[in-house]
Amino acid sequence: MSGYTPHTDADVASMLDFLGLASLDELFSVVPEALRLAGGLDLAAGRPEPDVFAHMEALAAANRPCGRNLVCFAGAGAYDHEVPPVTRALASRSEFVTSYTPYQPEVAQGVLQAVFEFQTLVARLSGLAVSNASLYDGAASLVEAVNLAVATTGRRDVWVSHGVNPSWREVLTTFAAGTGHVVRDIPLVGGSTDWASTAFDDYDEPGAIVVAYPNYLGCLEDLGEARARCDRQGALLIVAFDPICAGILRSPGDWGADVVVGEGQALGMPLGFGGPYLGLFACSLDHVRRLPGRLVGETVDAEGRRAYVTTLRAREQDIRREKATSNVCTNQTLMAVTAAIQLGWLGTSGMAEVALRSARGARYCRDGLLTVPGVEPLTTAPVLREFGLRLPMDAAMVVERLADEGFLAGVALDPSYAGGRTDGLLVAVTERRTRAEIDAFVSTFEKAVR
Amino acid sequence: MMVDDLVPAPPAGGRAASAPLLGRDTEPTLFELSEPGRHAWQLRTTGVPELTVDELVPDAHRRASPVDLAEVSERDLVGHFTRLSHRQFSVDLGAYPLGSCTMKYNPKICDAVALLPGLADVHPAAPSNCVQGWLELLVELEVALCEITGMAAATLQPAAGAAGELTGLLLMRAWFAAKGETRHKVIIPDSAHGTNPASVTLGGFEVVTVPSDRRGCVDVDALRAVLDEDVAGIMLTNPNTLGLFEEDIRSIADAVHGVGGLLYYDGANLNAILGVVRPGDMGFDIVHLNLHKTFATPHGGGGPGAGPVAVSERLAPFLPGPRATLFGEASSRHFGWTTPEQSIGRVHSWHGNALVLARALTYVLVHGNDGLRDVARLAVLNANWLRKRLSQTFDAPYDRPCMHECVLSASSLKRSTGVKALDVAKRLLEEGFHSPTVYFPLIVDEALMIEPTETESLQTLEALASALERIVAEAATPEGARAATEAPHLTPVRRVDEARAARHLVPTYDARPS
Repeated sequence: MSGYTPHTDADVASMLDFLGLASLDELFSVVPEALRLAGGLDLAAGRPEPDVFAHMEALAAANRPCGRNLVCFAGAGAYDHEVPPVTRALASRSEFVTSYTPYQPEVAQGVLQAVFEFQTLVARLSGLAVSNASLYDGAASLVEAVNLAVATTGRRDVWVSHGVNPSWREVLTTFAAGTGHVVRDIPLVGGSTDWASTAFDDYDEPGAIVVAYPNYLGCLEDLGEARARCDRQGALLIVAFDPICAGILRSPGDWGADVVVGEGQALGMPLGFGGPYLGLFACSLDHVRRLPGRLVGETVDAEGRRAYVTTLRAREQDIRREKATSNVCTNQTLMAVTAAIQLGWLGTSGMAEVALRSARGARYCRDGLLTVPGVEPLTTAPVLREFGLRLPMDAAMVVERLADEGFLAGVALDPSYAGGRTDGLLVAVTERRTRAEIDAFVSTFEKAVR
Repeated sequence: MMVDDLVPAPPAGGRAASAPLLGRDTEPTLFELSEPGRHAWQLRTTGVPELTVDELVPDAHRRASPVDLAEVSERDLVGHFTRLSHRQFSVDLGAYPLGSCTMKYNPKICDAVALLPGLADVHPAAPSNCVQGWLELLVELEVALCEITGMAAATLQPAAGAAGELTGLLLMRAWFAAKGETRHKVIIPDSAHGTNPASVTLGGFEVVTVPSDRRGCVDVDALRAVLDEDVAGIMLTNPNTLGLFEEDIRSIADAVHGVGGLLYYDGANLNAILGVVRPGDMGFDIVHLNLHKTFATPHGGGGPGAGPVAVSERLAPFLPGPRATLFGEASSRHFGWTTPEQSIGRVHSWHGNALVLARALTYVLVHGNDGLRDVARLAVLNANWLRKRLSQTFDAPYDRPCMHECVLSASSLKRSTGVKALDVAKRLLEEGFHSPTVYFPLIVDEALMIEPTETESLQTLEALASALERIVAEAATPEGARAATEAPHLTPVRRVDEARAARHLVPTYDARPS
């Protein structure tokens, strides 16, 4: 028996005796003999923790994490922002880590209140009235937003800007195979959505138009034009926002978004090879009855004291079953609690400061890289924390070369972002990058593309 | 029942009878703790030229004033979230016999592994030569999960069980599409989790419900009656949500395969059969696992989870990509990414909840083939011990050996005393235990669904059973019944007004009536 199961031989014997059984195998007498595994699983025997830890350490050692030996200039939806010891310490409290979904609110006020605060913080960042308790990741939030828009408008078509993260668009297309939604692409021009030359009128009226702010190439989109287009066509405006840039940008809600989705990784989660991250989802009050996932609301207990509980439960899958518009059950609660802690740590002034410092770093880095012979801007629209470049050679090759020199130079862009070529590079800069790091990056970059 | 049976549980009984949960002051919100001018943040000194926001953001895009979040010191922040944590029940605090949720103890080594910088600080878009360790980890986990489930290949992308279900249904759809067929129906039993029918609809299929028979299992005759060539497949949990093993699984599989349909295994209850019997050997074609349940990764107050989907050989070409893949042998051995030829496409922004996957592999390795089999055997032993002991106290609608959980009913109790399953659950909270799942599955009146898991000791089970027996015995008197219907008294808040929360919706601090 492992150290995690407390049963002594005497316990097992007395429990079997109570059940009138002679052996543990008899517990499974209902399982047809022919189906039972004769020789056990073809896995190694259990190993002591120190041995397993050494194995996992060896796997970790075969990676190159971001840090002093691989200075991070990559983004594309996963960013190297500061995660302070206080966020790590609070978010790793086992009361948050080892609890289940708050089905018994009387003993789950800790998670429920933290999620209520998270919902408030996301609502303020997005400029909308309601946020849910989280979804899996940015892509999942996009899928749910489109499902909400189609259910609300009764229209199956959605227009999605090419400036929305390509992985999220791929996930949207994957799930559209089941729902039958028709996903249409709006191309980019100069790095931002090409509203003017897209023939919207040639197709059925859409249920939603989706645009990112800033978009995948870091560009600031004209959300006023997006809102006007939605008003003309009776579509919902879904904005994929960046919660860090929101510290200095006009909020999507202020621009008139109906639904705001986003990736919340930058709010206190490590890069973690892509997960667990945090799907952000906010909407106006008009859409709250179709909000996917859980929602925490404030109420009172039997003595009239303030209390929190998951609410509008009639929307959810366990009650609506096949009539539900979302199947979400488990979400990313621990990440939502983490984000609430991180946003509390940043506070009003820190939020603006992180966004501002990231934008300063990006400007300084971009100006530096554009002095490198053969490197040109990929876009003309204004950028903030992230930007695209055209290189004089294959971008993936440059990324590999610079990794050897201690820099994660960025993410090589899909040719659809670089005029069909493989020389597009996406570079992100956070508040953690120093002038010395950026200067060294630029000079190493110059040698790498020579 | 003898009075002697009702003496309070001994102190070493896995109960959360410690002080923190009894603190009854309301904790102010972060927003009420806020005082203008305070802050906690500290950021790196960078030396980057300090352009102003006006120089960096065009006028039309600039925010007029900072986002009003909260202004607190680090000390206040720590106090606030620590006090909130004291208002939260957790597995680390006490037993959590919440049926269908597998709330077992979460080994701390898994937390330590997830904190390794070589795993936690890796960018998901880094070139594959920078992430060889991660790719190997994913391949190693995939191989282990395939062995555990008896399947050929797996995707690790789905972030939770429900995401796995929908992925599985899209795999079904792709399988029939590749054969030039369109099928419309997916069968689920009436005892299924709510995610099953919701996923079926989102997968573009119609739900056909089959009833359970008197044994609590799928009524095979009723199933045969609805099977035809428009059936894409069936979704089953085995053991089912009543905690019962579907003994006729081979006949069910033959019947569904007989009309060309596929079998989908909902892995919510996999804990019961680890190392004993495999979904693949039962005839399933698609399996999702809930790593946060079975492999204790843990549950985080409602997530993150991970819901890998394993499939038989014939469905492997349709799996989501990219997948971690081993190339070459010996000295040329290396790892990279591949996307199956007929892939349904990505189902996650990146590679799934990677740090959860690292925890799951750690759990598998420390347990190994022997430890995983013991997990199932002891989980089933614990559940049967509780079932037998408590069937003296509650109704046992399906009075036969169970697997990892048992479903009892407070139906008679309600009739004789007015005390409902919900009241039993609420009263148990102040006994220092989390409550069982109540009112599920839907086919059992006043259901109490109890899953003790393998990590609770006999002493804890005895203390839990005694607490439940005491609650029922007390309900025989009007005062005792009132104590239950008004419970809990000792928790941070008393019974919460759920109807008011829905009627007067307050989803944020800003929506509070002033």
